[in-house]
Amino acid sequence: MTAARGAALTDTAAAALAAATSSAAGRRRRWRRRYLLAALGGAAVLAWALAALLAPWITPYAPATVNVAGRLAAPSAAHWLGTDELGRDVLTRIIFGARTSLIVGFTVVLIGGALGTLVGAVAAYARGWAEEILMRATDLMFCFPPIILAMAIAAALGIGTRNTVIAMLVVWWPKFARLARSLVLGQRSLEYVAAARTIGFAPAHILFRQILPNALGPLVVLLTLDVGNAILVFAGLSFLGLGVVPPTPEWGSMVSEGRELVSQWWVATFPGLAILTVVIGFNFVGDGLRDWLDPHARRR
Amino acid sequence: MRYAATGENDRVLRYITSRLLVAAAMVLLATLIVFLIANTVPGDPVLTQLGDVAANNPAIVEAYRHKWGLDLPIWDRYWIFLRGLAHGDLGLSISSQRPVIDDIAQYAPATVELSTVAFLLSLIFGLPLGVLAAMKRDSWIDHLARAVSLIGVSSPTFWLAFIMLAVFYGWLGWAPGPGQIGADQFPPPDVTGFMLIDAPLAGQWDTFWDAIAHLALPAIVLAASTMGLITRTTRAAMLEALSQDYIRVARAKGLLRRAIMLGHALPNALLPVITLGGLAYAQLLTGTVLTETIFSWPGLGRYTFQSAVFLDFPAIMGVTLVVAVVYVFVNLLVDVSYAMLDPRVMRR
Repeated sequence: MTAARGAALTDTAAAALAAATSSAAGRRRRWRRRYLLAALGGAAVLAWALAALLAPWITPYAPATVNVAGRLAAPSAAHWLGTDELGRDVLTRIIFGARTSLIVGFTVVLIGGALGTLVGAVAAYARGWAEEILMRATDLMFCFPPIILAMAIAAALGIGTRNTVIAMLVVWWPKFARLARSLVLGQRSLEYVAAARTIGFAPAHILFRQILPNALGPLVVLLTLDVGNAILVFAGLSFLGLGVVPPTPEWGSMVSEGRELVSQWWVATFPGLAILTVVIGFNFVGDGLRDWLDPHARRR
Repeated sequence: MRYAATGENDRVLRYITSRLLVAAAMVLLATLIVFLIANTVPGDPVLTQLGDVAANNPAIVEAYRHKWGLDLPIWDRYWIFLRGLAHGDLGLSISSQRPVIDDIAQYAPATVELSTVAFLLSLIFGLPLGVLAAMKRDSWIDHLARAVSLIGVSSPTFWLAFIMLAVFYGWLGWAPGPGQIGADQFPPPDVTGFMLIDAPLAGQWDTFWDAIAHLALPAIVLAASTMGLITRTTRAAMLEALSQDYIRVARAKGLLRRAIMLGHALPNALLPVITLGGLAYAQLLTGTVLTETIFSWPGLGRYTFQSAVFLDFPAIMGVTLVVAVVYVFVNLLVDVSYAMLDPRVMRR
């Protein structure tokens, strides 16, 4: 009986050992693959950021120059990605469109993330009625489907990039509030917080200078993954006509302008590919960051 | 440990009741928020509805404001709105001139049909793919699952819809164009409002198959991102379950690998998938705006979009409210089923 159990235990031990050694090589391979993807994603994001920054210098045309004679030209040496219904160069407009998408993506996520983190962190640190009010308000925002609420707000405020960003901010902060609350709750019972309190630091100092820096990891992961998400939502609202004002080059509205032009497929296809590559880029980087920051996942 | 404790049923009941009360309070607060958004914003429905010429005539504008109660103080309007709500009255849509509740009842079935099919598609493909990816970790199928789910999550719905239409309708001609049924089909008599139920009821099998063909492309487009989410969550949950002690015990007992995977790991891995699945379904129901707009699908999403563009506030409020109720209800359902499946939840 005991002998059998002992044999079984050594069996498991041997299996565990075998698994550990065999996974050493596998782990290295996984590590390389994981960070290869993250690096690829980072390269894609960086390339788009550079393109956005250098747009006026690397594009052969102006984004709004109308050329009716050369409208709907197929991709060629003169127009690598063809021209749209008004004869504007698609490549030029895509590169200028990167400016809008990236700026909106970062703005929504940074401001929305900061607001949400503030709400969640204060709620978790204060506890009591302040937490009740703040978190019930957060729950309330979760009752609404984000796209529909953002659409209603954007339509009501009037069309324009700034108003759409405001509409997105209204629906964006709650998820950060929930995450920040759970993170701060996890930290506040740790010893260093008790120590800081004993020393006599002010609550605001403890929360923002001691707790938050320790809880930042998962927030940064969500921020990174969310930039792609914000770009997707903004492009969707723009596609519906609720984003930018028409002559502004923007990927979502470019797809919208080309949606009826099935035989002039380049007008809608390339801006969509631009969205796809930048969003995948952010997703790869976010995934890599998560693995890197989470030792539990890293071990696997 | 088990359900034997006598207080267990009581506790489930009390849990459900308290959750229901919170949900009701949430819905009431949601009405206030929706109402405030619709009424304190700078956009002027009068101008949008009447057009430039009529809007320049003060008498017409005045009569219009009076007719729709836009000249009353805001709290009176909220009270009227709430009172109507108690009678199931969401007000009149400004653009369709019909009760909003009738509009919603007319457009909802098409959306439910589309999102249910999309949800089933994403489950049928997403779940096995996630389980396989976790079982054969780092194999080609794991990479495939990762690529498929990442592309699904990252592609813009409206663009995917364009590509699908351009390829399968415009170029290959395999799929029918936008719409719920072809122009050569007669819609079946309205019994349930669901095309896929009403058509067979009326014996119109041609219409039924035509409706299925029309459903294919939008359902695939809609399913893409949900499937990505389900695959990723299933894979992660499976891996988490496989790293637990009871799996090691099962392996030490010499159980078959398949028995361990499907009998021990999968049931435990399904818990987070249920949560996500419920939320994903609610999101599908409400996230059909873009897909419906492109595929001219006569559902709630397109209705919402049109209402938003025309600043048709009663319609926007009605839809947002109905959708918020669906959201709260699905959340409730997810929480309760979670509590029933995992007895640890309520003991906390």
